[in-house]
Amino acid sequence: MTTTVAEPAGTAAVAVRASGLGKRYRAKWALRECAFELPAGRVAALVGANGAGKTTLLSVLAGLVNADEGSAVATGRVAFVAQDKPVYRGFTAADVLRLGARLNVVWDEARARRWLERFEVPLDRPCGKLSGGQRAQVAFAVAVGSCPDVLLLDEPLANLDPLARREVTGELLAEVAATGMTVLLSTHVVTELGGVADHLLLLARGRLLVGGDLDDLLARHVRYEGPRSDVPPVLGDVVEARHHGGQSSFLVRLPEGPRPAVAGQWAERAVSLEDYVLAQLAVTRKEPAA
Amino acid sequence: MDRSSGLPAYLQLVRQAREALRLGWLGPGDRLPTVRDVVATSGVNANTVLKAYRELERSGLVEARQGAGTFVKAGLGSADPAVLAALRARLVEWVRAARAAGLDREDIDALVRSVVTAGETEGEGVAVT
Repeated sequence: MTTTVAEPAGTAAVAVRASGLGKRYRAKWALRECAFELPAGRVAALVGANGAGKTTLLSVLAGLVNADEGSAVATGRVAFVAQDKPVYRGFTAADVLRLGARLNVVWDEARARRWLERFEVPLDRPCGKLSGGQRAQVAFAVAVGSCPDVLLLDEPLANLDPLARREVTGELLAEVAATGMTVLLSTHVVTELGGVADHLLLLARGRLLVGGDLDDLLARHVRYEGPRSDVPPVLGDVVEARHHGGQSSFLVRLPEGPRPAVAGQWAERAVSLEDYVLAQLAVTRKEPAA
Repeated sequence: MDRSSGLPAYLQLVRQAREALRLGWLGPGDRLPTVRDVVATSGVNANTVLKAYRELERSGLVEARQGAGTFVKAGLGSADPAVLAALRARLVEWVRAARAAGLDREDIDALVRSVVTAGETEGEGVAVT
């Protein structure tokens, strides 16, 4: 195992590149014109409402599903853990690791075992007799043991209790720090992403609405609260506008450049990741289908 | 780490380091924990920790020494450690009294802030007694 820490953002190579990516199920496009570059060493969160195309995108990137148009390239070895965390129910965790060792060209047995020990998963019990959370850990252990350059996780935190969610993200981040691998994970648990993800991909109705560095993205958005008004107190794109009684609240994407000053009655608030994602989801839900 | 805060995670780390410097928990010559240690203990992304360290470096508070780690270059706050300790002891007593009087954390924060703000506008020092 190497001990290098991920290169600073901006200087890193691209780990995943999608251009004009589209996938259709019969007449319906599940994914369309999806284009982004994910720098190596990043931990990217893939968010979006149910049916937005998150699983389709991950499946295409993992090579499980062929795209109908465009292209997707992931650099190096790719590991994918599907949402249902599939493991053979008759196999013990030790059997699953043996299988992982045989099926993968590169395999780090110690790394996989460390993961299972960390989460106190018994090695000798059939996976069918493990709890749902423990079965998930077996699937994660195999993924980590295969030493991926790009790790794709579909809803890794679903069905885990809050403590386990924190521990899994903590261990994943430690693996990223130790190996420099790139992680792309889809999730609905947006509140727990602050400090965990450093890159955001936001899908809505099969289209990539937002993609980029999380801090840069949030720094360019501000919420303004003040007296009822049809327009915000600054120039910029209104992402979301809310009006209650005599009060208005605007989430505004500011243009490049220094932050504009606002007049007295308006309060200016920094936007949290949750705030931002919820506003984007609320807006896209109201829009007619693309 | 306050994940619901609008303050970016790397700036929260910067603020924690500055507070540690101000309170004398960290001083010139001390080595900051390695990025991996911070990742393991705080559940924060390595890129975020690196960004925080670069920010501290940019403001001249720490320096990275090739292969050795990141070290504190300058302290923050000019107070004599003994004076700081004495002030802290009185504040501990005051907070204890406030809690005994039934104030919760938010009450205490609000009260302290109002006194500090009033002190600034009146242009006089604030005594915590």
